[in-house]
Amino acid sequence: MIRVQQLSKKMRGLPVVTDVSMEVPDGCCVCVLGKSGAGKTVLLKMVIGIIAPDAGKVYYDGQMIDYGPFADNRQVVLQTGFVFQGGALFDGMSVGDNVALPLRERGRLSEPEIRERVQRVLSRVGLPDISRLRVRELSGGMVRLVAIARALVTEPKYVFLDEPTSGLDPLLRERVLSIIRDLVRTGGSVLMVTHDLEAARQIADRIYIIKSGRVYPTDRDVKKEDYE
Amino acid sequence: MRLVFPVIKFVWLLVRSLSPGWNLRRTVPRLVEQLYDNGVKAVPIVVFASIFVGLTTVLQTSYQLLGVVPNYFIGMGVGRMLLIELGPVFAAFIMASRSASAMAAEIGSMQLSEQIDALKTMAIDPYHFLCLPRIVATTVSLPILVAVMEVVASLTALLAATALGISREAFIYGLTHFIEVRDFLGGMVKACVFGLLIGTSGCYSGFEVQGGAREVGRVTTRAVVLSAVLILVADFVMAALVFSQ
Repeated sequence: MIRVQQLSKKMRGLPVVTDVSMEVPDGCCVCVLGKSGAGKTVLLKMVIGIIAPDAGKVYYDGQMIDYGPFADNRQVVLQTGFVFQGGALFDGMSVGDNVALPLRERGRLSEPEIRERVQRVLSRVGLPDISRLRVRELSGGMVRLVAIARALVTEPKYVFLDEPTSGLDPLLRERVLSIIRDLVRTGGSVLMVTHDLEAARQIADRIYIIKSGRVYPTDRDVKKEDYE
Repeated sequence: MRLVFPVIKFVWLLVRSLSPGWNLRRTVPRLVEQLYDNGVKAVPIVVFASIFVGLTTVLQTSYQLLGVVPNYFIGMGVGRMLLIELGPVFAAFIMASRSASAMAAEIGSMQLSEQIDALKTMAIDPYHFLCLPRIVATTVSLPILVAVMEVVASLTALLAATALGISREAFIYGLTHFIEVRDFLGGMVKACVFGLLIGTSGCYSGFEVQGGAREVGRVTTRAVVLSAVLILVADFVMAALVFSQ
């Protein structure tokens, strides 16, 4: 379980996230709904340890994330997968190399095992034949799916998604939501930040809204006006 | 304080990049790629520049000394200048304008498109992944480029000297008989230090990017200026340490 305790962050003197506390139980999908600029991405990056908060703590199964300059959160990060809004794929590499990167860097699997795992996860996101393509040859939707494949290839316990459905056509959007549902069904925990109310209603076990940097628990009856 | 903080960050990046914890098997392919980009691909421009370095050095030296001292002194002056000063500094400036700018732009763009954050979320150390191969590549390849420059510049200097009426024998005698091992090794040590500074400047500038595409342009320029200034400062320090009597 991930436990977030009173996280706060100011940027250029302005509060972005204020006193946020929440939990992501094992095997649950937690959605944080908010409009653009509400602090969703900053919150997500603080939870995974990329951005240091001004105050507050984050625990993964009781183990606290260290934000210091000599921090080594490797053991925690190895259990996570992160899908960035823009994909954050390496454009100098092929799709297969992008997806294989975390596995190769961990060095636990042989090259044939890595290739097999990459092929399996690309098939899982519905793109089995694009391993050799360069990233610049992909459409926006395919980039998102490859980013999801890269996050899932290590079979992480926790998956973080930053606006995974934004800008996707209805078919791709449904495919992404289906992947997330499968992930939760197989025991994974998901923390997703989005402004897609319908997506949150469809897949979330818990919904929070983020407004002016503060997070409030809510339910499926939440309306757009509540967080915009 | 405005100067101290960037210096600390610069040194921190260098130490962090060279610190233990990286994997040799996974780093070697990235290092080879960087050696090719920053070393092999720079050879044509270094050779081209060397031709004019050799020609200009002979013209300037003979303008100062021809008829004043025995002709072999011109060969000696050209040789020592190339080994000690001109070869390392000119090759370093070429590398700074090619490689430091390219590194800053590439890493800066990666910063903007969250690729560096992506590395962190995959438990990949961005300093070991991005900076280590680049810094090692510039440190290793610059001495080789300097050696190439010294050979080509010496040959063109010989041709120019002959055209100016200095006998080939006298020029070669001066070029070969007054050069000490310390001159060559000092030049190579300088080249290693310059290479280290160029690679670190490029990476440091890239990591400093925050904001948009305009910022990438700004740090690209800054990487070249920073490299050039550091090369000149290090050149003075090395001259004082290695070549002072």
